[in-house]
Order: sequence, then structure tokens, then C-alpha cells
Amino acid sequence: MSLDKAAVRAIAELARIEVADDELDHLAGELTGILTFVEQLAEVDTNGVEPMSSVAAMTLPMRKDAVTDGGYAAAVLANAPDAKEGFFTVPKVVE
Amino acid sequence: MSNLTHLTIAQALKSMDKGEFTATELTQAHIEAMAARRSLNAYITETPELALGQAKAADDRRRAGTAGGLEGIPLGIKDLFCTKGVLTTAASHILDGFTPQYESTVSANLLKAGAVTLGKLNLDEFAMGSSNMTSHYGAVENPWKRTSDPAARLVPGGSSGGSAAAVSARIAMGATGTDTGGSIRQPAAFCGITGIKPTYGRCSRWGIVAFASSLDQAGPMARTVEDCALMLNAMAGHDPKDSTSAPMPVPDFAKALTGDIRGLKVGIPLEYRPDGLNAEVLKVWEQGIEWLRAAGATPVEISLPHTKYALPTYYIVAPAEASSNLARYDGVRFGLRVPGTSLDDMYKKTRAAGFGKEVRRRIMIGTYVLSAGYYDAYYAKAQKVRRMIAEDFRKAFETVDVILTPTAPSAAFGMGENMDDPVTMWLNDVFTIPTSLAGLPGLSLPAGLSSDGLPLGLQLIGRPFDEETVFKVAGVMESAAQFTAAPEGI
Repeated sequence: MSLDKAAVRAIAELARIEVADDELDHLAGELTGILTFVEQLAEVDTNGVEPMSSVAAMTLPMRKDAVTDGGYAAAVLANAPDAKEGFFTVPKVVE
Repeated sequence: MSNLTHLTIAQALKSMDKGEFTATELTQAHIEAMAARRSLNAYITETPELALGQAKAADDRRRAGTAGGLEGIPLGIKDLFCTKGVLTTAASHILDGFTPQYESTVSANLLKAGAVTLGKLNLDEFAMGSSNMTSHYGAVENPWKRTSDPAARLVPGGSSGGSAAAVSARIAMGATGTDTGGSIRQPAAFCGITGIKPTYGRCSRWGIVAFASSLDQAGPMARTVEDCALMLNAMAGHDPKDSTSAPMPVPDFAKALTGDIRGLKVGIPLEYRPDGLNAEVLKVWEQGIEWLRAAGATPVEISLPHTKYALPTYYIVAPAEASSNLARYDGVRFGLRVPGTSLDDMYKKTRAAGFGKEVRRRIMIGTYVLSAGYYDAYYAKAQKVRRMIAEDFRKAFETVDVILTPTAPSAAFGMGENMDDPVTMWLNDVFTIPTSLAGLPGLSLPAGLSSDGLPLGLQLIGRPFDEETVFKVAGVMESAAQFTAAPEGI
């Protein structure tokens, strides 16, 4: 797979990372190089192989559906770049 | 008092128990050494006052007869572990000023065992790298030098480069590392120390800044096999806060060091001997095989046929998981925020300014392989090949007890080398990544020096949750190797 500038712009948009126009060519080359490298997996016959998402041979444990912790609003907000009245703030999202 | 920094953890514990010196004296010696070797850039944040407070409390507990397993031992913490009240950066600009309000389970376990924490150790940004060159806080220098060119500054490996450099330079008795594809083992090999990535699930991931959650695992880095065992005793254990942490008892790993490996079968995978393998690496590996044979173990040739696909598999799986994990850095809840005209614009500007080039590259690859239309061709395919790689190991362990390989394809390289294209740098982890994909324990120990005076490491791989056999074999190899060399001037 060879990526062009438009494809890199679309990936950057999905990843929510601003990329300057003059970086697109370089990134397209780099990402294409990586994809070409990983595409050697196509030669492996994986018919009938179950995808492996975790090596842990266990099912996820369930715990009691109960409140066990919490009440630390100040600690949760302590690292916020901008917090007001016990809330995180963001730029206006509703016009 | 500088000789105190040359003791092993086991020696220091014995001496303090006998009252030969105090944890405060031991900590003070390390604080002075840390300050004297600041040019290595091993620490991002030094916490000498915190350390002295902990050392005093450790001395009190030892006097009271309630000493823990690591009472008064000064350690460094990789700056990927959240530490309550102490800046935690993941070596990224995007975590500017982040001061966790909680302590990671592994570092909390170490503190509970009485450890003293000297500070937070440098790493590749978000643990993505094999050279420590991607840190926002600058490169770390390997204390080892080439005899042919002592002026050249070498990398300590990565991503736990600060941890490896600090332990090697005697500015920490041990350090925590994390390993996703080789990040404990490769830097341990480059800096002439020992490190083990335990079985996935052995240590809790809670409070460790996430990179690739199905691969990330914490482990100890120290100057001897026994010291790693003592540290892992404290670090490991089930944690309800990490659903993938194994609900299994933790054995006393130090007790596994019996020195007796008679009758054990040691697998030697032929796929780890590609044409063009560095001759010195091959020589050290063959020497390692001889040591084990001499101690009564039997080397057995094995095949791990899908080895060559491990690197491309890893570079789909790990970036995919990273792109998801790193979505949380959005300028809203912690760290850097760059203002924008809208919410989306703020996200994009913050993430553009906050992530370095290697991290951005991996997020973009991960985003692409998970995107609609490409998921099956890349991500699902890689997950299938991952199972085949894990199966290779499962089958091999039907006939052998442990596997011996080189840790890295070369000794430490110079700063700025291997930077031409990302894949060249990634090849450093060719021997460590398969173990990570299979979730198995892997230990690296120094086995000899290259002709240029640099340490070379060997890797021992074990069955799931059989770190004890790995430690036992490593102990025998350590005795045979008699690796007593230290970096010049340390």
C-alpha cells in the first residue's frame, strides 16, 4: 500500500493531530515504508487461525456491581489545564 | 562512602541488618553519586529529600524489627510509573506538569517492601524507542565507552535507557523498567546489567502510563540475578485494579537460585542465527551454550518457524494499541493544552505540539491499521500471526525447559546511528519481540565484552509463570560468566 498526501491528511484527521502541509510528503514516504515492511505478513497462511488479542489465558473477572471508591473531585481535577467550579472546561462546542 | 554504591542489593541488605551502615548513609552516598553523574541525563526528576525521608523511616523500621524485603534500598523508578506527588512525564512534552494523585501498584509494592526512591528515570517518549533518543528530556548517555573511540557517546538502549544507565553507573542499586517489545532486556544488554521482563500478568499494570496494553509488563533491572529476584519478589502479585494481572501466588524467586541445572533441556532456536549475525554476538551465544552444558544441562536445537514475522506483527499490534491508549492526551484533563478555535482544533494543536515524531508516527500507523477497510488486512492478520508465534513457543516448551538466545543483534551503538529510517532502529528488538508477543518471561544478563570493550547480553526465555527456572539458569550462567567489568571511571 502506497499512501499519498490525501491519505496522510485523512489519517492525521482521524488521529486528531495537526500536520503541516509541508510535512505530508515526508510522512507519506515514511508511513508507506512501514506499511511495505509489515505487509510481508500477507505471505503467511493464517486460514483457520483464531486472532489472538491477549496472551492472558483467562476470562475477564467480574466484580460486584457496587461503588467501591470515589469522592475525589479535587484530585481528579488537580492536573486539569483549566478547571472551573468543579468541572473540566473545553472550548465552546454548541453554537 | 562512594564504595557503598558498588554493593549489590543482597550485600547491602545483609550489611544493614548487621548494623554496618544505615539506609540514610547508603541513600546519601547514592544522592551524591547521582549528582556527580548528572551528565548522563539518566534522571528526569531527582527526589533526594523524599529519598532521605524514606531512608530515615527505613532505619526506624529496621531498628524496630519490622524491616521489609528491600528495606532501605535506594532505587530509581522509570518515569512511566505514576508516583504520588512526584512529576510523571513518560518523557513526553504532552504530560507537562503532570503530578499523579496516586501511586502505581508496582511502585507502591516496592515502597511497602521498604525501598527508597531516588527519582524518576529517563526513557524513550511513551516507551517507544530502542535508544532513548526520543525522550523530550534529551538523550541518555551509556556509561560504557568503546575502547577504540572513548570520545564517542553511545546510547544506553531503550526504552528503559535511564534505568539501565543509572544501574550501570551505580547511581541506583536497581531500577524499575517496563518492557513492551524489549525495553528492559535490550538496554540491560547495552549497559552490562541484568533485567527481566516477567510473564505478562505477573506485575500489575495499574498506574503505569499505557503504551500497548496486551504487551506492557513491568520488571526489575539490577546488577545481579539475585538482586532482580529480590526486586521481583516485591513488585509482583495479583492486583484487582488490573484485570489482566494473574491471580496467582508469587514464589520466592531468590530461592530458585539453587545453582543446580543438571538435566535441564535448553532450547537453541536456529531462526535466531540468521546469515550475517554479528560474529561477536554469535561467539558469546556459543560460549553461553557451553557454560550450560558444563553445568549439566542439555542444549537442544529447536525451531521457532514464525520468528521472522514477529517484527512486522509487533509493528501492527503495538501501534494499534498505542493509537487507542494515547487518545486520552487531548488537552482536557491533564498535561499540555494548546488553545484552538474549537474543541477539535484544540485537540489537534495540543497533540501536534505534545507528541514527538516517533510517537506521532506510531499513532498514525495504528490509526491506519485500525481504520475501516484496513482492519482485517492489517490488524486482524497480525493478531492471527501473533497466535502462530505464541504456538511456536508452546510447542518448543513441550521438549525444552528454557530457551537461550542473544538479547540484541549488536552491542550499544552511537548516538545518531540507526536513525535513517524507523525500521532500521526497530531491528534492535528482533530477538526480544517474539517473547513479548507470546507473553513469556525473558531475562537478559551480561555474558561478555565485545572486542571494543562493550557488554553483550544473552537472553533466557521461560514458560509462562516459570520465572523460577529462568532465574535458576541465569544464576548458573552468571557464575560462569564472572562478568565483573564496570564502565571506565565508575
